[in-house]
Amino acid sequence: MSVTIEQVKYTAALARLQFSDEELVKLSEDLNQILKYMDKMNEIDTSDVEPLSYPVDVRKPLREDEVLPGVTREEALRNAPEHDEKFFKVPKVINQS
Amino acid sequence: MNPFPHYSSHKEKLKLLSSGSLNLEENVRQFIGRIEQNIHLNCYLQVYKEEAIARAQEISNKITNGTGGKAAGMVVAIKDVLSIKDKVTSSGSKILSGFLPLYTATAVQRLIDEDAIIIGKTNCDEFAMGSSNENSAFGKVLNPVDESCVPGGSSGGSAAAVTAGLCDAALGTDTGGSIRQPAAFCGIFGLKPTYSRVSRYGLTAFASSFDTIGPMTNNLYDLALILELIAGTDERDASSAPLPVPRYSVNLTSEEKLTIAIPREYFTAGLQSEIRDKVEELKSFLSVQGYDVIDVDLPMTEYAIAAYYVLITAEASSNLARYDGARYGFRTATSGNISDMYTQSRTEGLGKEVKRRIVLGTYVLSSGYYDAYYAKAQKIRRLIKEDFDKAFQKADIILTPTTPTTAFKLGEKSDNPLEMYLSDIYTTGANLAGIPGISIPLGKDSRGLPIGIQFLTKQFNEENLLKFSNFVVQNFKS
Repeated sequence: MSVTIEQVKYTAALARLQFSDEELVKLSEDLNQILKYMDKMNEIDTSDVEPLSYPVDVRKPLREDEVLPGVTREEALRNAPEHDEKFFKVPKVINQS
Repeated sequence: MNPFPHYSSHKEKLKLLSSGSLNLEENVRQFIGRIEQNIHLNCYLQVYKEEAIARAQEISNKITNGTGGKAAGMVVAIKDVLSIKDKVTSSGSKILSGFLPLYTATAVQRLIDEDAIIIGKTNCDEFAMGSSNENSAFGKVLNPVDESCVPGGSSGGSAAAVTAGLCDAALGTDTGGSIRQPAAFCGIFGLKPTYSRVSRYGLTAFASSFDTIGPMTNNLYDLALILELIAGTDERDASSAPLPVPRYSVNLTSEEKLTIAIPREYFTAGLQSEIRDKVEELKSFLSVQGYDVIDVDLPMTEYAIAAYYVLITAEASSNLARYDGARYGFRTATSGNISDMYTQSRTEGLGKEVKRRIVLGTYVLSSGYYDAYYAKAQKIRRLIKEDFDKAFQKADIILTPTTPTTAFKLGEKSDNPLEMYLSDIYTTGANLAGIPGISIPLGKDSRGLPIGIQFLTKQFNEENLLKFSNFVVQNFKS
């Protein structure tokens, strides 16, 4: 399979990323080269293979559901690019002009 | 090659400290002096000078009183993807520059609890994505063995710091080879534990079903000691395996003559002849020593890189969605609505390789391509794991080169992502299958660059890996 520049632009937008036209050309080339390599996987018939999403079988039992102290508001806000005394501040979400 | 430190392991360091023939504060000052002299290597992003000296005084007293922990006085560097409370943890990314964690990663805390001295944070590829340490937002790291070469990645800063004698040991992380490959390129020891062996609490997530944390050292004893301290279940990581942890460092010798397997598929055209020769030499040596050396097939090997890069970019695109400039990290200075703010913050804050992987990961997960790429890769992952399971029915250890070549030149592969990905050919299998792997340094090539040999074994069988490696290190003269 191969991707067009438009598809790359669309996929990037889904991931909230933007590229210049020049970057899109190079990125599409790179992705096509990589995807072409990945198509190698089609040489293998996997019709009766179950997908594996997690490599170990050892699972841990759930712990008791206890209320423990969490992160304070002050701590939660300390890495924020913009905040007031109580909240994270972001550009206006509703009633956008 | 290693002019500093002068002791051979932490065991010896502790003896020297206990007897008074080594002064810990002086030792820490020497490390700091060396870090300052080697600033051009760009190994460290942060150095905790004053704190480390204060800790040295405190731990020195504990050692005198006989109350020092198992890692008392060990000077350890931490890869920047691991959080330390109130210490800038940027994961090599501009989008997290200045980020101050609210807590300390479990693996780091367990070393601190045993009186290790954390000397600083090491440079790495952005979000641990890279095989050369050229993707850090804070500049590339140089290989101390040959400064025109890459140290490997993504734990390049940790590997270079150990090699250059800028710490006693370091923690790295390994998602597809990021401990073992830089260990091989820099001529040190690196161990990727079984997936879930070490708690990932406090580790910046890259590909959550692949990420592991492990030690990087200049000797095998320290590798075993650090693993035994950091491994084990943790209530803060629900995926951490609830299994007992052996005292790996207590007994590293074993007389057991294991079966060693050599996978045919690992010896292809791209393998540097001097590395191939080293494997042959080791193979003959082991046969002479009474080990049963057999050939095995890992027929899915040639599909490992394809499956690996589908799965890890998919997981990364999901994990990295959290960096949006809203609650922490970098936010764009440009104005706009909230959607523009997200897009601009990510576009300006993330580096080229990270963005490439996010787009690729988003693509392979997107409607219409999910089955062809993501689901397909998960099926290939199962087949790869089954290959290893079968091989381990016949053999205890699989012996391979760690890398197809010794350290490559800075800039040599940075314009060709696929070529860079292919350099992970021998290491990604362990992460796909969740098994442990070790890279040990065995000699050098004709250009003086270190050769790394990798041993792999069954899940949760690190003890065998360490004992076998110790036999090789003690007896094989490369």
